[in-house]
Amino acid sequence: MKISIKRDKKVVEFSIDRAVTLLQALYEIKEESDASLTFASGCKSAVCGACAVRVNGKEVLACSYKIVDGDFIEPLNYHRVLRDLKVDKSEPKDKLLISNSYLHNYNQVTLNSKDEKLVERQSDCILCDSCYSACPVLAINPDFLGPFALSRAYRYVADKREGDDKSIIDDIQSNGIWDCTLCGECSAVCPKGIDPKMDITMLRSKSAQYGYIDPNFSTQNFSMPSFGFDPNSGF
Amino acid sequence: MDLDVLIIGSGGAGISTALKAKELGAKVAVVTKHYPTNAQTSMAQGGINVALGNIDKDDSVEAHIKDTIISAKGLCDDGMVKRMCSNATSTIEWLESLGVPFSRIDEANSAIGSIAQRKLGGASHKRACYAQDYTGLKLLHTLYDSANRAGVEFISEYYLLDIIVESGVAKGALFWDIANGQVRVIESKSIILATGGYAGIYDGYTTNAYGVVGDGIASVLRAGGVISDMEFIQFHPTALKGSSILVSESARGEGGYLVNANGDRFVDELAPRDEVARAIFDEIQKGVDVYLDVRHLGEEKLYELLPQEMELCKLHEGIDPAKELIPIKPVAHYSMGGVDVDDKFMVNGIKGCFAIGECSNAKIHGANRLGGNSLLEIVAFANDVAQSSYEYAKSIDSDIEIGISHEIKANRFIDKILEQQSCNIYKKRADLGRLMYESVGIIRDGDSLSDALDRVMLLQVELSNSGISDKALKHNQNLVEYLELYNALALAPAIISSALAREESRGAHYRKDYPSMSDDYTKHTNISWRAE
Repeated sequence: MKISIKRDKKVVEFSIDRAVTLLQALYEIKEESDASLTFASGCKSAVCGACAVRVNGKEVLACSYKIVDGDFIEPLNYHRVLRDLKVDKSEPKDKLLISNSYLHNYNQVTLNSKDEKLVERQSDCILCDSCYSACPVLAINPDFLGPFALSRAYRYVADKREGDDKSIIDDIQSNGIWDCTLCGECSAVCPKGIDPKMDITMLRSKSAQYGYIDPNFSTQNFSMPSFGFDPNSGF
Repeated sequence: MDLDVLIIGSGGAGISTALKAKELGAKVAVVTKHYPTNAQTSMAQGGINVALGNIDKDDSVEAHIKDTIISAKGLCDDGMVKRMCSNATSTIEWLESLGVPFSRIDEANSAIGSIAQRKLGGASHKRACYAQDYTGLKLLHTLYDSANRAGVEFISEYYLLDIIVESGVAKGALFWDIANGQVRVIESKSIILATGGYAGIYDGYTTNAYGVVGDGIASVLRAGGVISDMEFIQFHPTALKGSSILVSESARGEGGYLVNANGDRFVDELAPRDEVARAIFDEIQKGVDVYLDVRHLGEEKLYELLPQEMELCKLHEGIDPAKELIPIKPVAHYSMGGVDVDDKFMVNGIKGCFAIGECSNAKIHGANRLGGNSLLEIVAFANDVAQSSYEYAKSIDSDIEIGISHEIKANRFIDKILEQQSCNIYKKRADLGRLMYESVGIIRDGDSLSDALDRVMLLQVELSNSGISDKALKHNQNLVEYLELYNALALAPAIISSALAREESRGAHYRKDYPSMSDDYTKHTNISWRAE
């Protein structure tokens, strides 16, 4: 079968004779035909986060994707391409410094299995940057924190051990949760099944509890409608 | 201002130590050949051993020490084992306070009392604290988040070329700056190696990532330091047959069976890893395929306990473990040997250079590592290593001055690789892996070891006389992979010579020409290079 790979401004076609993972195919090309083909990889088992690329416009981990005839491989979006499929991940990673996603103030509580579930999925993140590459907001606003930084922020907000979730909430207002269009592209490509769209929604409601309002909503200047609700009427 | 502590490696060992050094007030930087979390630690699934007794009430630090010593088969330092096991509770408290999302039990009455624990092979109790089957991943990323909080400086894409040693004292290190295509010098009052193990030398027969070839250990050898017990390499009994992808020990811990093609169980699944690996290898040598059977656990439980394995089996072997047998083979997984360190973790033979984690031989695992002890080792000793290195750094009162010759030599070395006629390093890498698996693997003997040594020396000469076809300076992956193979080939003869010298069988080292353990060999195998 044939796969084509975007290299700088050219597209180069290669033949692979077996149905292998994309990472195996890339190494086969390096070994058999072109040792200069450049890509990042590591664990081969979808936990180190190094090998994400785009295949036919969709983000995948090269180690976890089986190639099919005609596949078109290119580097991640919204990352500076360093060489061939290898990209600079330092800029997206720096957004973790802006979102301040870490435990701020340890609250010593006794957790249970329900608490474990609250952050189980979010903490599966391997920082592969697939979600970041899939996010259309970054095409318009390069300063947007992006899905993984926000999911990670939620991972600490939702952790009952976090005694200062407000600090995290404060740091994700600007270029953060309200800039997301909730399109769900991030959730669709996450190789770990994380749902940043849902996490961002949760962060919005948490923000509302702290008195933040959707800036897009407030600029439209609605006046408060009257529902005629009588709090003493009972149900 | 010079760095107090230069940490090389950004896995669990490197980041934990950086956090502790920063806490002490040291000026610290962490250098990595990839990005901070692209580390082996992410692959550790089973757990981290702490005798909390959350499930098995009668577990104790003493039992943990005893299990570890039994597994080490006479080659651990009992004092170091006691130190690690006694540090375990404060280690887990620290991890809990950073926010590691452990799996939990219900109705506990303290924070660490709620951490779920399971039994791993060779353990007398349910002792391994876990986070589903992503223990290492979650621990590593929580450490990384904490490092961001602490403002730890990371320097990415710097490949360690050599430790700079003058008159037996470490003064810094030489790196290949992958992004800019230049040799760089980083000066530091002390250096901590946290560069990982060398089981990746068994290319094609290892659970390790590409490039896990003992970069730091090879640089210690070149710098005149001592490495030890290199013959002890743990083979994980259960990797997927086709792809060498790891199936966690927890699959057996949760009740999975090992069966041969006839459907018979042939070994106690929870015996120490070396015994299980040998039993499987024996069956395979007889021409019988071996399988892991987890079908009786049921689909729901499998997805809850082993979600990663379920996905990996489907992708790499095309089978559904809930309905089918999983074909497996034992492969190289963890290296017990490494840089020889004293009880302050300073490298034997290089003053001011320290080592922690899989790259070090702190005499914890001896002839065989227990599952769950490696994650513990990398965090439990972080504070001690940070303290030793920072105290050493504080004792250096003059500025560091490094001669220009190191940089010139490194540049010449790189130029030579780029100029020499190219060879196919990927083929050589695979050849080395197969040779090591077949002749220096689970079952060894004197003749094949001697033969392997000759062949490895030949590969070494061939590689030194050839170069690479990619001549680019910046982002040259081909060059980095050459350098990795260069290190693998520096260590392979050390592994084989150590295996040849040990004329007995002990733990992970099994010689069919010397099948029993001998008291004469209750000692460590040290190797160092003499200047010619």
